[in-house]
Amino acid sequence: MKMTGHKVNIANVAFHTVNYLMFGLFTLICIYPFYYILIYSLSDTTKASMGVYLLPEGFTLYNYYSLLTNEGIANAALITVLRTVTGTALAVFCTALFGYLLTKKELPFRRLIYRLVVMTMYINAGLIPYYMMIKAIGLRNSFFVYIIPYAVGAFNLILIKTFIEQMPPSIEESAMVDGAGYLILFVKLIFPLSLPIIATVTVFTAVFQWNSFSDNLIFVTNPKLQTLQMLLYRILQNVAEARQNVRTDEMARNIRIVQPTPTTIRMTITMIVTLPILFVYPFLQRYFVKGIMLGAVKG
Amino acid sequence: MNKAGYRWNKNKLQLFLLALPFVLYILLFNYVPLFGWVYAFFDFRPGVPLGKVPFAGFKYFQMAFDFKSGSELLQVFRNTLALSFLGILTTPLPVVFAICLSEMNNRFCKKFVQTFTTLPNFISWILVYAIAFATFSINDGFLNHILLGLNWIKEPVNPLANGSIAWLFQTALSIWKSLGFNSIIYLAAIGGIDSEMYDAADIDGAGRFKKILHVTVPGIAPTYIVLLLLAVSNILSNGFDQYYAFMNAMVREQIQVFDYYIYRVGLGLNEYSLGTALGMFKSVVSIILLFSVNQAAKRIRGEPII
Repeated sequence: MKMTGHKVNIANVAFHTVNYLMFGLFTLICIYPFYYILIYSLSDTTKASMGVYLLPEGFTLYNYYSLLTNEGIANAALITVLRTVTGTALAVFCTALFGYLLTKKELPFRRLIYRLVVMTMYINAGLIPYYMMIKAIGLRNSFFVYIIPYAVGAFNLILIKTFIEQMPPSIEESAMVDGAGYLILFVKLIFPLSLPIIATVTVFTAVFQWNSFSDNLIFVTNPKLQTLQMLLYRILQNVAEARQNVRTDEMARNIRIVQPTPTTIRMTITMIVTLPILFVYPFLQRYFVKGIMLGAVKG
Repeated sequence: MNKAGYRWNKNKLQLFLLALPFVLYILLFNYVPLFGWVYAFFDFRPGVPLGKVPFAGFKYFQMAFDFKSGSELLQVFRNTLALSFLGILTTPLPVVFAICLSEMNNRFCKKFVQTFTTLPNFISWILVYAIAFATFSINDGFLNHILLGLNWIKEPVNPLANGSIAWLFQTALSIWKSLGFNSIIYLAAIGGIDSEMYDAADIDGAGRFKKILHVTVPGIAPTYIVLLLLAVSNILSNGFDQYYAFMNAMVREQIQVFDYYIYRVGLGLNEYSLGTALGMFKSVVSIILLFSVNQAAKRIRGEPII
């Protein structure tokens, strides 16, 4: 008979106390910085510079208003959203389709192709040759440099391929008897059935797209194609012009509104770049946890 | 080759045609750049086609590895290896995290901790820099506000511009960012341990710590070894975004890593040939490391990683 019930003794209580304390502390360290930036950005600028700790000082939405109506920021936000949506859609579709094709044993040269794909995880030509190639095919300073190079990723491909291989073949056989081609099979049958792993890959890809910075840095010099991350970086380094041109009629109406300082601007833009992730994160959490468990089984 | 035979029927053709664009894509983006390695052997200048460029032999390799005492590359190597080493040293932390978390009884607390500690993993390094700035900056960072307010320190601290603690600071930031996320795979491994083992340990009279030591740790050791070996094979790659974001004149000597150096020299200073030579070196060494590590894995766990 198994013994149930918690053992109450000093060692146990001590262990749990220390355990909960350490986790509490670390979790606080993970949460508080975000919270601090949030309340700073919601605070009146002058009051904030004197110290903000738990609640906003002089609650105001003006900082957000002034930043969001700034043209450069709206443009960067558009670029980032666009690249996240299209980049993720393209990557998920291409990687999943290619992964599916690679599960088909009738594919000519299947083993060779798969080897080639796996080897891309270890073989790296280096930054300069890659840069020269991107330049040669005309992707430099183009929006498409944000999405095309990521259309097929070896890691995600392996995840998807492994998942599809675990599906019983009988599912496809009945559809193939009806004469369906591979593409139709994929779109109508395999893709919907692979949603768990597709969801995981989507989450990872979307987050990657949203956070991507170095491709903007290296391949794009056009300020109209700037992403939010790049804008954030430049504001943090005081390079970007983030001061607002507050119109005089507004100033007349809102005499008490204070012009945001560089620090306030930094806090607010940080929040603008973080909030989408913070909002979406709780819903996404179960997808990537599940995905890692799936991957762990394979490993 | 193909078990179904060599004849190409309609199905095989359709499959092949469907796959062909992807294969070409992979070749283009991953293998064609390898031809660029040839630039390391020429005095390449942008705009001048390769045919008209003088041959340089191993000149750029010699230039790169000219280890005079003040050589920058030596410093870069030192930084790269030091930071990677610190990273490897801290690999047991997610394990400890996962074990302690799994010992927690309250399910709600567990979920809460897991949710919020994985959050930092999903923000970019630029955002991490923004947060570090909000935390540590001398005028507006909350750490200095709090510490000065409590009178624990007289002068504000500035880890962002402190070269002597730069390695530890960057390592700490890496831990903050990835601890929660990295622990997930260990939590999965712990979940995969047969509960009968714990029951057997109970019968043998094992307390909590003995159970952890003799059941849990051996249970997740295989996972840990694989991840450790992979970390070792990636020793030359520290990532780029992190060090670019935190780079400033005061910490440059400590945190200029290999990837950043290649970027700065190759693209920033337009030394294409030198940058290519350095990149070639990094790739070749990384592959050698990977295969060595793979062989080691074969010996340790009986099967290779790849």
